[in-house]
Order: sequence, then structure tokens, then C-alpha cells
Amino acid sequence: MTQINRLSSGGRIDRETPIRFVFNGRHYGGYRGDTLASALLANGVKVVGRSFKYGRPRGIVAAGAEEPNAIFQLGAEESTQVPNVRATQQEIFEGLVSRPTSGWPGLGFDLMGAAGKLFGRMLPPGFYYKTFMFPQSFWEVYEKYIRKAAGLGRSPRVPDADIYDHLNQHTDVLVVGAGPAGLSAALAAARTGARVILADEQAEPGGSLLYSRDLIDGEAPDRWLHNTLTELAGYEHVQVLTRATVNGYHDHNFLTIHERRSDHLSDRAPEGQARQRMHRVRAHWVVLATGAHERPLVFGHNDLPGCMLASAVSTYIRQYGVVPGRRLVLMTTNDYGYRTAFDWQDSGHEVVAVVDTRQNPEGPYQEEARARGLTLMRGCAVIEAKGGQQVTGAVIAPIDADGGRVTGATRVLACDTLASSGGWSPAVHLSCHTGSRPVWRDDIIGFVPGETVQRQLVAGAVDGTYSLAGCLREGLRAGVEAAVKAGYPSVPTAAPKVNELTEGEAMALFCVPHLKRTSRAPKQFVDFQTDVTAAAIELATREGFESIEHVKRYTAMGFGTDQGKLGNINGMAIAARSMNKTIPETGTTVFRPNYTPVTFGAIAGRHCDELFDPKRYTAMHPWHVEHGAKFEDVGQWKRPWYYPKPGETMQQALDRECRATRESIGILDASTLGKIDIQGKDAREFLGRVYTNAWAKLAVGKCRYGLMCGEDGMVFDDGVTSCLGEQHFLMTTTSGGAARVLEWLEFYHQTEWPELEVYFNTVTDHWATMSIAGPNSRKLLAELCDDIDLDRDAFRFMDWRQGTVAGVPARVFRISFTGELSFEINVQANYGLYVWEKLFEHGAKYNLTPYGTETMHILRAEKGFIIAGQDTDGAVHPYDLGMSWAVKEDKPFSFIGKRGMKRADCVREDRKQLVGLKTRNPKVVLPEGAQAVNDPNQPKPMTMLGHVTSSYYSANLGRSIAMGLIRDGFNRMGDTVYYPQTDGSVIEAEICSPIFLDPKGERQNV
Amino acid sequence: MFYIHCPYCCEYREEEEFHAKGQAHIARPADPDQCSDEEWGTYLYFRKNPRGLHHEIWVHAIGCRKFFNVTRDTQTYEIKETYKMGEQPKVTSVSDTLETEEAAQ
Ligand SMILES: [Zn+2]
Repeated sequence: MTQINRLSSGGRIDRETPIRFVFNGRHYGGYRGDTLASALLANGVKVVGRSFKYGRPRGIVAAGAEEPNAIFQLGAEESTQVPNVRATQQEIFEGLVSRPTSGWPGLGFDLMGAAGKLFGRMLPPGFYYKTFMFPQSFWEVYEKYIRKAAGLGRSPRVPDADIYDHLNQHTDVLVVGAGPAGLSAALAAARTGARVILADEQAEPGGSLLYSRDLIDGEAPDRWLHNTLTELAGYEHVQVLTRATVNGYHDHNFLTIHERRSDHLSDRAPEGQARQRMHRVRAHWVVLATGAHERPLVFGHNDLPGCMLASAVSTYIRQYGVVPGRRLVLMTTNDYGYRTAFDWQDSGHEVVAVVDTRQNPEGPYQEEARARGLTLMRGCAVIEAKGGQQVTGAVIAPIDADGGRVTGATRVLACDTLASSGGWSPAVHLSCHTGSRPVWRDDIIGFVPGETVQRQLVAGAVDGTYSLAGCLREGLRAGVEAAVKAGYPSVPTAAPKVNELTEGEAMALFCVPHLKRTSRAPKQFVDFQTDVTAAAIELATREGFESIEHVKRYTAMGFGTDQGKLGNINGMAIAARSMNKTIPETGTTVFRPNYTPVTFGAIAGRHCDELFDPKRYTAMHPWHVEHGAKFEDVGQWKRPWYYPKPGETMQQALDRECRATRESIGILDASTLGKIDIQGKDAREFLGRVYTNAWAKLAVGKCRYGLMCGEDGMVFDDGVTSCLGEQHFLMTTTSGGAARVLEWLEFYHQTEWPELEVYFNTVTDHWATMSIAGPNSRKLLAELCDDIDLDRDAFRFMDWRQGTVAGVPARVFRISFTGELSFEINVQANYGLYVWEKLFEHGAKYNLTPYGTETMHILRAEKGFIIAGQDTDGAVHPYDLGMSWAVKEDKPFSFIGKRGMKRADCVREDRKQLVGLKTRNPKVVLPEGAQAVNDPNQPKPMTMLGHVTSSYYSANLGRSIAMGLIRDGFNRMGDTVYYPQTDGSVIEAEICSPIFLDPKGERQNV
Repeated sequence: MFYIHCPYCCEYREEEEFHAKGQAHIARPADPDQCSDEEWGTYLYFRKNPRGLHHEIWVHAIGCRKFFNVTRDTQTYEIKETYKMGEQPKVTSVSDTLETEEAAQ
């Protein structure tokens, strides 16, 4: 197909650089500088999608962010798929591949069109509420069809091939929008020396200047635009970002700018270049110069391809050298719209009629229209478009002065393009993002930004100023004001002289009357993307939805990816008319981030794959990898889980590790345990307040286990704390709880007890910790340590000693999490791997066996030792755990948790308590989380007694073991409880002591 | 995203460096053992949820590790002031004043 609608000259495209691209499987030609939309219009492509609900053919309506129909899926490969791209904002490049996201099952094939009538009946207004609320299961049936038909696009099924960046920036003045107002603001601010960022979503700065008919300083605006951009480019303190959408305005003047760096160049970004950037900008002051979107008029069959915004038609003619048809009928409520007729006529094509809805407009625009010999039909409106797949004619009728009804006979004019202008809606979106509500202005027939707490100024059309002279003037004023407020001296900048026609008063008309009443008239579309009609909005108000927010949710108006940029105000006006209210009485419209859809790539930036979350490795990590360890994530730590030998199953490896430890010696990398260094003369007092047990008499060289509770009395962490000196302690925490515990200690010190002299610091990473456990552990340690007396009476259980291990300074703790004779060796982390390897050198003869977290769990469970966070869940206090020995109630200070665990509910005898569980069948391992019941045959829902918290197969005991919470468990030793399973089976278990092995603790006492 | 002035670092830093820790100026009862269950429950669980000014604790978690107070408007998210632990807010609402009077009575 050739570019039948391309004008022979004009436009800002580069005619020297032709470009081939693909749309919906067909090849087309365009030029560099074209958007997909302008190129498709140049090629005479009218239908670019089908509508969501009714399957109606849809064409390009707009030329910018407000486009509701031409929403495409882009990408030549699976890894470069991008959904929801507006064709009006996507530049073409060689090899671009696009297809409509809507239009299932195809643009040409009209199945949906035929089925649409039926389907439309299935989707009346309020469909979501009426249908999906009940029965809920119906959603599953509808969803796949609706999603498929709705044109939501799809994400790639393979990882994105490109990289994306985040850029954090601070600026004095951020100017949003590089139209006449924004350019003036940036220029004025830049001249004061303020740091300025000027961001614009289009490929080229200029906004309306790129297609304006007005003159600046007696010339086309190009020269002023060129001079301004050249001056801005000369300032080091100014950044001008194009293809950069300010998509979110967040609290405290934090704005995000979505910059597309290579989407206009190629399917994938050039090698080594980020495809897109998200600028995260903290701006001292913001100038919103976001302009306005033209409002289409609502009339019968106004969704036919060929119905377009007047300003969009002008943009295609003047900016892209494309005239979308041959015969234009223009309907307007205002003088500005006349420009489209002039532009059309200047392109050499026929203007069939200018239909002005006002009764008697008179002024320079009408004079020019007459001078050009245009047919001017005043006091008239297009009440209906004619055509099947596209516009073929316009039905025109006289209407009364307030646009309420048709007053005379209709006539039909043949045309292929039907442009309409219902005035302008300021682009107030960003101003709404932080909660400010826009306010209605009758004089401009639109909402403007309301009061805000942000450091924000507005300039130009976004504030209802539509004349070019006004925009330039306001921009200069706002730019200087922002810079001065940001602390820069005022530098006056004179406004250039502008020649423009003076506009007369516009008419407030939104929905054009029809001969039939709205419910019977041909469909009058308000929101194209969600297929919401004027009739649907009237129905909503009749059904009692009076707030505009309710009307929107009832009809889905504004819920498309365009957020109703075109339709919302018209919809409000129709709702207001239906309820005999004014628009401000009906409500206001609020937009939320993001202004236009943002890719997940830009949101994620580099925070994906390896950089998604930090990974923490211990000093011995390379050894674990070398020896085939399987790893488990504990917080951010990579911990060895178990060490399978070739051919071993996980259970076989665990059995071997467990037996080796109890029979000879095993070793665990315990470096990940949290370690907090605590110093100060009140350190001991502080420990007494945050732990449940006593610390007053712990001597230097001794260690003690402690439980930490919240004020509610519930256990939240545990660990061993050692007395290093009279005023110096080392606290250990669970691996995952280290940061939380440190913050907890700091919180109490800083907010409750600042009078205590105590200091905390995290030393987790300073130490490599290796725990050797088993009957041969003393023998092994003795081979590597000659300066600590390891005699059982000299170095007793719960003692620690300073010495050297393998020649390296070490702290050795005689503590045990396995119930075996056990030593925990701590060396400076850089020596960790060396000492670890030395231990293996000497340990080979004892069959020194490395074990991971899983064997650690089994060995501790054999002894009934708890893991905070696994056997506790925030609703378990020390007494529930049978750990009253760890609570010292008569401490002078009412320690954290003491009062909490004395509450009436906490002292009940029949609370859920932690007990041991032995399955009737010793081979069956209870699933963790399984719920106990007394009678498995009781009717559902059954009365549940508590859940299994830890469960393993113990090779040492030759059977499964488990711990779990059971209501009143301490009084139920020997009772049988039942665990019904999802497959219908029931596991029977006996309640027992959680200490399955060596209840007297003789194994560590050697 | 908030821009928060740490009164210890004396700098504005991004919200990412901080954690919010809930309502400020809740003193731990001097003698918890003398509190009734109701009094202890109130201390543990009952918090304000004002529409407007709220005094709350934040911690400069990835900074100086200091806890401090923030007076924030829960409607507009404006931070009116930040002040050190142990200090009193300068920006207060009518409901703050009423409560102080009630407490005094
Ligand atoms: Zn700080």
C-alpha cells in the first residue's frame, strides 16, 4: 500500500529517511519522524482495533497520550514484547513490528461485530457488579473471554532482553511539558542560574507550537522554538529530556520521569545501552505546564473510524504532512476548532462544512471562514455519523441555544472525516496525584488544578490559559517565581510578541442531542476504551448512582489504560445533566499515577536478577560449594542445607550427617547467627530488662541462654549471650532476627531508658563461627588448641575462653544446640576458611562430617530445643514452651514481657502448649502445619487443638519425631490426637515430652 | 516518597533510609506490675488514627540509627517538623491539647 494520505510537502518528518514497518502482519512505509499513528493514517489505514464490549471497528482519534483506540502490542521477538503502547506516541523505526492489542479475533473478520450484539447484551452497565459479585465462580468462565477480547495486551513469556536504569536526581525547578508555557518557564528559570529539568513526552519539544498557525515575533513559531532550545542547550545547569513522560507526582515533590531512550530506534536497545530510564527526581519547585486535551463531542455513532479530534487532524496535517481523508465535516463549540478547517483547506482538500453549535458566533474566525469561502452552518450540530466500517456521512440538524434538543429538519452531508471540538480539558492529572482535587471553572468550561500542599506552580493551558500569548507570559512568570522560591535572584525575561486571532465565547456542550432520546438513539460513545455510552451513564444515575465515583465504577468509565483522558469530563457532564445538577455539584475527577502506562522494566531498573536482593555469604562459602552443599536461604544468607554425597538422596544424607555427629563428630557453619556487641556500665542492667531471665550475676567467662519477649509476653527471639568483661557482652540472635533485635535494643535504649549507659553494635560479619559437636569434639579441638585448658572441669558447659585455634586468635564457647559435647569456635572472619580447613585436616580420622541447617534442625529437635519463629509464632509465651526456667519473675525491674504474660488470657491453664509428638506408625513423618483434633470423625469444621511446628525423621532414634502446639498439652501426656490430611487419611500421634533423646543431658556433660 | 529531615544528622534524606515505628509519646508505664489488664492492654494495643496531625516515631535505620519524632499530617502527608527523642512537638492540633488537659486532670 502506498502513502495515499501523505501530503507532498510540509510536516516535520524526514522525507529523506523512509522507514518500513509491520502492522498486523502487513508491511507499510513511512518516514523518520512519523508516529505509528501518523504513518498508518498516511497509508489510509482506518481500522486499528475493535472495541472491548461491542466489537465495533475503531480508528485513530487523537494524536497524543489521550488516544483511546490505537493501543498496540509491540515487539519483533518474544523477549521484546511491550503491551499497551499508544500508536500516537510510538515513533516508527526500520523493522518495527506491531499489532493491535484489541480486535480479537481479527480486524477484518467481523465475528465480534456480529457476536458483539449478543456479547454486548451480556455486558450491560454494572456488569462487573451484577455478574461478578455472585456467583463468584462465573468470573472464571467470563474472564478468559473478556481478557482476550478486551485488548489488554500481553507480557513477554521470556525474560526481557533489555536493561533499564534508575537515575536519582535533585533539581531546583522541574518543568513538566515543553510546550510554549513550559519552554518559557524553563527559559526564565534557567536565566536565574537555577538547576532546571525540562521534560516532555514527545520526541521533539514544542507542544502545540509544532502545529500552531500563530506567529511569534512575526514569524512561524519555529524560530522562537529553535532559539529557546539553543539557549537552553547552552546551560550546563539545564537538562532537556524528550521522550520523557513525567508519569507520577508523589509526596514532597518527588516525581518520576519515564524516559524512553531507544524505543524509537530499534526493537532492542543498542548494545550496552539502557532501553529506558526512570528518573527519580526530588524537585525544589515544580512548574506544571502539561497543557490540555481537546474534548470530542458525543453524538450518535461517534466511534466510527474517521471521527477524530479537531486538533488531532491539525496535528497530522501540520506536524506529519498527513491528511487523514478527503472530505471533512468539522463540528465545533468554539473558535479554536475553526483552525482545523483552515488547515484542511490549506492541505488542498475539501471542507464540506463547518458546523458551529453556537447560534450566532461572530468574530475574526468567522470572518476568515467566510473569506475562505467555507460553508458555515451555525446553530447546528452533527447528531449522528453515518457509515459501516468508517464514516461516510454526517447527519446535521439545527439545535437550540443550550444544546438541549434538535429544533428542525436534518440533512446528511457526505464526508470521510468528521472532526469535532468540544473545547479543552486541562491536563490536571499530575496535580491530582498527591491528593489535590481539581476545581471547575465555568469561564473555561473545564477543571483546573486545585489547592495543593506541594511546591507546585502551574502555567498555560493546564490552568485554563489557551491563548499562545497567555501561555508564553504565564510560563515566564512561573519560571521566575519557581527559581526565586528556590533561592535564585529574579532575572526578568520579556515575552515575545504574538499574532493570533482573538477567540469568542465557547459553548458548553458535551453530548449532542438526537431526535430520539438517549436510550433509543444510536450509541453515543463517551469512553471508547471501555465502550461506555451516554445511555449507560444515564442508566447508572437512574439506578441511583449519584456520585461520579460510583457512576465510574458502575459503568467502568475511565478504567481503561487511558484513564478516561478523553471521556471523563463528557461523562460527568452527562451524569450531571441526567440528575439536573451542575458539573461541580456532581463531583470532580481525580487521576492517579501513572499518567500513561509504564513498563515493569523501568520500574524495576537494575533491581532484578542478581541485584534483586543482596546475598550474604559466610567466609567458608567456597568450601561448601566445592563440597556439593545444597543451599537454603535464611534471610539474605545462603546457608548450607545438607551435603549430599554422590548418589545419596536428601534423607540418606541427613541420616548420615545425624549419625556421624552423634557417633563421632559433625561440624556446622554457624557464622550467620546474629552477633551484637554490647558495652557500657549499664549493659548488665539492660540485658536484665530485655531478657526474661537473670543477668546480674553472670560472671566473666560465662554464657547464658535467654528468651526475648515483646511487651505482650510473647517470645520473639532467643540466643546465647556471653559475658566478655564486667561491662562487655556478646549477644547472639537467630540468623533471620539479627537486624530486628538490634533495632529493638536501640528502640528501648533511645526511647525508654536513655539514662542507661550502654552501646550496641552489630558484629555478625566480623566473625566466622564453626560449631563442632559430638563425642570426639574435645579431642579434635585439643589437636589445634594448646592454650585453653579443655578439661571438663576447667572449661565447663556454658563457659567461653579466649585462646588460639590453628594458631589463629579465637573465642571458644562450650555451648550446644545438639545436646552433644560441643564447642563453638569464633575467629576473625578472614581466617574462617583457613581454620575450617585445618579442622578437616585433623578431623578426617574422626570422620569429621559437615552438616547443614536441616541436620541442625533434626539434632536440636531430638533434644526438644526450640527455634524461635518456627516453634513460636508471636502468640506463644515462655510458659507455653515449658520454659519457665528461663523466666525470672523476681527481678527488681519489670522486664519486657513480664506484665504481658500475666494477662488473664496468658495465665489460663489450657493454652496451646508445646509438646512432643510420636506418630503411631514410626515411619510416618507428620507434615509441619498439620492441625490436631481429638476426634477425626467429628463433623466439619472440626475443633482444632493446635498445629505441628517441627517434624522430622530421626535416624538416631529410628523413627519420626515432631513438636507441636496442643491445647492444654502439658496435662495430656500419653493422650492420642489425630491429624486429618488433605487426602482423607488420618495420622495418629501420641503426646509426649519434646525431649526425645538423652533427657538427663548426659551426652554434653562429659 | 517522603523527604525526611533527621534531627540528629541535620540533613534531609530519602524515605528509603527510614522506618516508621508508630505513634510517638507513649511512655512505658513506670510500674507495669501495678497496671490492670485494661491499662496494660491500652498501652499495648490502642493507638490513635487521626485525620490530620499525628506525632510518630521514625528511625534513621540506614543512617545514624537514631529514633526521633515526626509530626505529620495524615491527610496531606506533609511533615510539619521532626524533633529529637525527649523533646515535645511545636506543631500541635486541638485534639493533642485536649488530651494533655485530660491527662492532667
Ligand atoms: Zn540520622
